[in-house]
Amino acid sequence: MQSVFQYFTNNWSYILELTFQHFQLVATAVVIAILIGVPLGIYLTTNKALAEAVLQICAIIMTIPSIALFGLMIPLLSVINQGIGFLPALIALILYSQLPIIRNTYVAINNVNPDMRDAAIGIGMTTWQRLRQVEIPIALPVIMAGVRTAVVLSIGIGAIAAFIGAGGLGVLIDQGISRSNRDMVIAGAIGVSLLSIIADSLLGLVQKKLSPKGA
Amino acid sequence: MIQFSNVTKIYNGNVKAVDDVNFTVQKGNISVFLGPSGCGKTTLLRMVNRLVPITDGTISINGTDTSSLNEIELRRKIGYVIQSNGLFPNMNIEENVCIVPKLLGWDRKKQRDRFNYLMDLVGLAPDEYRNRYPHELSGGQQQRVGIVRAMAADPPVMLMDEPFGALDPIIRTHIQNEFLQIQKEVQKTILFVSHDIDEAIKMGDRVAIFKDGKLMQYDSPAELLANPKNNFVRQFVGSDRAIKSLSLYTVADLLDQTKLKPVKNKLTTPRVSVDTNLREVLSTLFNGSESELLVEDHNKQVIGSLTIADVQNYLQSNSQTA
Ligand SMILES: Nc1ncnc2c1ncn2[C@@H]1O[C@H](COP(=O)(O)OP(=O)(O)OP(=O)(O)O)[C@@H](O)[C@H]1O
Ligand SMILES: [Mg+2]
Repeated sequence: MQSVFQYFTNNWSYILELTFQHFQLVATAVVIAILIGVPLGIYLTTNKALAEAVLQICAIIMTIPSIALFGLMIPLLSVINQGIGFLPALIALILYSQLPIIRNTYVAINNVNPDMRDAAIGIGMTTWQRLRQVEIPIALPVIMAGVRTAVVLSIGIGAIAAFIGAGGLGVLIDQGISRSNRDMVIAGAIGVSLLSIIADSLLGLVQKKLSPKGA
Repeated sequence: MIQFSNVTKIYNGNVKAVDDVNFTVQKGNISVFLGPSGCGKTTLLRMVNRLVPITDGTISINGTDTSSLNEIELRRKIGYVIQSNGLFPNMNIEENVCIVPKLLGWDRKKQRDRFNYLMDLVGLAPDEYRNRYPHELSGGQQQRVGIVRAMAADPPVMLMDEPFGALDPIIRTHIQNEFLQIQKEVQKTILFVSHDIDEAIKMGDRVAIFKDGKLMQYDSPAELLANPKNNFVRQFVGSDRAIKSLSLYTVADLLDQTKLKPVKNKLTTPRVSVDTNLREVLSTLFNGSESELLVEDHNKQVIGSLTIADVQNYLQSNSQTA
């Protein structure tokens, strides 16, 4: 344990740099995943058959081991010379993030009390006004819970992305294994855990803030 | 004025919820839709603001066929109160009330003035409730806010679907009275769904009774009670319809026909005002130990006494003329 601590103090600027890379990858992936998943989840509430199909596909993607998914992407993205590195890692994380985000959005909007929807329409709101002012605010805490899951998931899977050269804290684990440096591996693992815990707590606070004061 | 012409609604090609309904609601009147569960009251109401598409026939407001209007604009001109009040949990009371004025682009000051005015009207202190959230209000308060919200943009027409349904009898009576008082002032054209005959008699200028989507009778409460058109209406208004009709008249009406007796025992006899309705007078007479009541005028001066026989005579002479 002493030696792990030693490793941290000796290499803190390198670890910080890797942490930042890791954060960058996950943040970019989740932001893009939200931009895709939230509108899609909302749209799916208008089409039940399509919703089940899409959620099924997302669930299947979740079962693909990340190493396998990275492997699959290498030949595909090699076509544009991006077989390894940031891009395949980003795409993989976006894909893995879709299930929690789409599912939570879909469930949350579907669960908005039908009386609320009825009142909003009856009052003369347009579809957009109703979503923007009533349904999304009411659904937001649950959507946010989905985002939280996606972030924690992505931080974990992001560690494996180091194996295809995407950087991040996984680099410590990757290099630690190949150099049989146990301290390095543990430092990487601790880094990933800490990042997850901090991100999860911060998002928890955001989620609380977003909960309607009246609910 | 709202005119229903041959209005029919068929759900999913087979459920006939509303069946060839024709009647007209005069401007400034309350028309109560009455009938057993599933008879199509809500459906008919929701066809007015086009929440439910009409299968056949037309509904026109002041001569304009509603199907020719933009539905969003139509809805903003029609106040809508749903049974569960439908307040939005994510907005505070002022935001809830001012939704439609905001959608219509009123400025902040006008919105606030309107909020203050309406909240005072229903007896809720504006400053006390402004920043509260719906769940921080009692059921009765929420219901009032629901009504205030429907009135916010001063719509000429209001649709109210069992607006007092969820309230206990005491609060319900209170809010009914309050609402009638407000209506005297604002003179809206109101369609009001109820399944309670007493409420219909009390609130309605006209009552429309429905059965299986068909309009059975459309008349004033007095006419409905005096001359039910068929067996269904007779059963629905109840065998005590004579007594129910008493709630339509006050002691003052009785005074037009009868002279009060002089007062014998001024101290112990219960008192009623000339504005009390005769149904209340009757129950006071039955509940009390005295066989007579003292009548007070508007200045709290006793002007005579009243017995059960007086009410009975009034009822009889009345049902003969009706
Ligand atoms: N969306 C719908 N799809 C199919 N049938 C419906 C729909 N809404 C109502 N109905 C049917 O239409 C009929 C009239 O329903 P409506 O809700 O208008 O009755 P109601 O008089 O308001 O009853 P209640 O007093 O119980 O509220 C009922 O038989 C009901 O089952
Ligand atoms: Mg109904």
